[in-house]
Amino acid sequence: MPWLESAAFTLLVPAGCSRDPERLAGLAGFTCEMAQRGAGPRDSRQFIEDLEMLGVDGSASVANAHTSLGGAMPAENLYEALAIYADVVRRPHLDECELEDSRLVCLQELRALEDDFAQKVMVELRRRRYPDPYGRSGQGTEEALHSIDLEQIRHYFQTFYRPRGAILGVAGKLDWPRLCAHVERLFGDWTSHPVPEILESRALGGYHHLPHSSSQTHIGVAYPSVPYAHDDYFQARGAVGILSDGMSSRLFTEIREKRGLCYSVYASCHSLHDRGSVVCYAGTTTERAQETLNVLLCELVRLSRGVEQDELDRLKARIKSILIMQQESSMSRSSSIAADWYFLHRVRTLQELGRIVDQLSCDTINRYLASNPPGDFTVVTLGDKPLETSLAVS
Amino acid sequence: MQFREHRLPNGLEIIAECNPDAYSAALGFFVNTGARDESGNLAGVSHFLEHMAFKGTPARSAADVNRELDEIGSHANAFTSEEQTVYYAAVLPEWQRRATAILSDILRPALRDDDFNLEKQVILEEIAKYEDQPPFGAGEKCMALHFRNHPLGHSVLGTNETVTALTPELMRGYFERRYRPNNICLVAAGKVDFAALVADAEQHCGAWPARKVARETPPAPSSTDFQLIHKPSAAQQYVVQIANGPATEDADRFAGGLFATILGDDSGSRFFWELVDTGRAECASMTACEFQRAGVFMTFLCCAPADAAENLSCLERLLAQVEEEGITEAELTRAKSKICSQVVLQSERPSNRLFAVGGNWLARREYRTIRDAVDSYRSVTLHDIHDLLAKYSFRHQTTVAVGPLTRLDSAGGPASSD
Repeated sequence: MPWLESAAFTLLVPAGCSRDPERLAGLAGFTCEMAQRGAGPRDSRQFIEDLEMLGVDGSASVANAHTSLGGAMPAENLYEALAIYADVVRRPHLDECELEDSRLVCLQELRALEDDFAQKVMVELRRRRYPDPYGRSGQGTEEALHSIDLEQIRHYFQTFYRPRGAILGVAGKLDWPRLCAHVERLFGDWTSHPVPEILESRALGGYHHLPHSSSQTHIGVAYPSVPYAHDDYFQARGAVGILSDGMSSRLFTEIREKRGLCYSVYASCHSLHDRGSVVCYAGTTTERAQETLNVLLCELVRLSRGVEQDELDRLKARIKSILIMQQESSMSRSSSIAADWYFLHRVRTLQELGRIVDQLSCDTINRYLASNPPGDFTVVTLGDKPLETSLAVS
Repeated sequence: MQFREHRLPNGLEIIAECNPDAYSAALGFFVNTGARDESGNLAGVSHFLEHMAFKGTPARSAADVNRELDEIGSHANAFTSEEQTVYYAAVLPEWQRRATAILSDILRPALRDDDFNLEKQVILEEIAKYEDQPPFGAGEKCMALHFRNHPLGHSVLGTNETVTALTPELMRGYFERRYRPNNICLVAAGKVDFAALVADAEQHCGAWPARKVARETPPAPSSTDFQLIHKPSAAQQYVVQIANGPATEDADRFAGGLFATILGDDSGSRFFWELVDTGRAECASMTACEFQRAGVFMTFLCCAPADAAENLSCLERLLAQVEEEGITEAELTRAKSKICSQVVLQSERPSNRLFAVGGNWLARREYRTIRDAVDSYRSVTLHDIHDLLAKYSFRHQTTVAVGPLTRLDSAGGPASSD
């Protein structure tokens, strides 16, 4: 992307929270926090100060499959920033003196979730929709965070911070031969070893209510869909786009515009490596919650009756502008290409995505919906009282 | 990049930062009106009116507006603040003219009674949503307490009571007074066809009648009030503190921005090392917010209720220390590097440039390039920061705390919880 002044990278390390041992939920997050508190020649303070001097707008997070580190910066500083992050994933100090502060930071994040009901509902929804450990979120549990010790962190790091399954996505104004040589120097002698297989349990599914005294009720609904790598993914994505992309989408029109039932409502595709879901959210006042859920479920069921040409035309126009506008941001592009590599082992160019979108038609989407009608709903609500989910067949 | 400007006979200004190499264009109507322009019985009307603009015009129904904005693949939205209401769309360049036509049209909304009553429900839902999520309105409540009767104390959303009491007539009156072309600027950034923009503005907005529009800008009061709002269901304690700071017109606003970064950026700042890195607080940050003829430094703390008193004392100590000893050259250099990098990174998207270009014009009627912004931060000296510290005092802060605590003593005393 030579037209930009910036460069960005996304480094995915196969150390996600699905690898947390059952009694140590939160270990991946704890390890990620510790890894950033001193690595290679830098202590915790020097690490942050050096990133500031390089103008790196960085981030670190733990998802189900990966720990993700990355950032955007002025293009000329990319190489130095990568060297700093190579230390983080290969040579963190994991020092005893940082252990208790790190623990407190992880506990703070967990406690913050207690007040964020919209997020809490979605965390619970994913936990019930997928078999464990694929439905987990990274925050862990208070009990586990209190019990984790330094040996467990070091062991987790040694087992899961490894090159096999790690992906580095880079985008922006960059010099490819120089970048390759640099990455070779930084990561070329990083060694892998086998890791245990993940054993999964059964998904809980069904309806679950989280009681909370409040004027608001938060509603989460999920149902099975295809993962990103599936041939039909864009049919499923197209159908969800008609539900939720833009102000003329079905959920916005039926729930907010026609009935004034709530301020926020959306649906989106969520993908793991080998399975996927559609997840929906609506937040509303308690007395309107039942009607909101009813209309939401009705719209999901109605989707299987097909989509219309004018809806699809609008969706295509929106997707086309999203694809073109991706070229204006190195950060957005670096995270998309890293995700592509994880799901597909290759990167889809924006031209290829454009062709896929052009080929979507009402016929292809409706055929997909006819054989994969929304159903088998997992529902989670949080609020004053449980709702009636007679429409939800689980 | 080329800056262009034009003014219609009725006073509507059109400005653009044209970048022929951009992939997209962003455009927006910046209306110089917001919560600070609402008198007592109008609280929340600016924001409600912003919603009503999308509910249709004499020529378009609400569904038409939504459908047409989607047909051109736009990312369109609007927001209301204390002093601006902005309607914007980011589009591919070929859709600039249709986007201009739709946005111009919704700036003359029909304000139909049925739509008004239905949309009122959505606004009440939005108010309930913000009251139910962190920080539970602490920011707005602290602004209200700090500014008391000053117009900047007005809440953007209004309250359940004020919004319920609003009528279409009151809204129409407000619209007539504030949405005059001489109080509005059409702003564009990115791959913009400026000649077409001017021609379209003439066609769609040329007949809007002008009228004098005024805004009150009294000086900001100084306050040390403290309010504890009991919210037993919250898990964390949320504290917002406000001190006066540079206003939009003040040259020391760049020093103010750097100072807030040094003290309270979310990473690498003094607050961060003392409270966040150590896990004593989930968040401890400071931001500088500028308004016309008034500005504030807003400090935000979120932590376990049991730690709130001690953490507040810690913030107090850090502020007293910086007032006494100032900051170091190394801190200033790092803050400059951080802010300047953010300015450049954010400027890559025309949709971000739109807000910078429009904001500058509305506030000061000036165009500033990305280089101007970077240079303004780069030229701040230690001396400027120390002048800033001499001008504004953190001993006069307004505090609002929301959470499970029933008592909170920031002077190091014990906190109690039920």
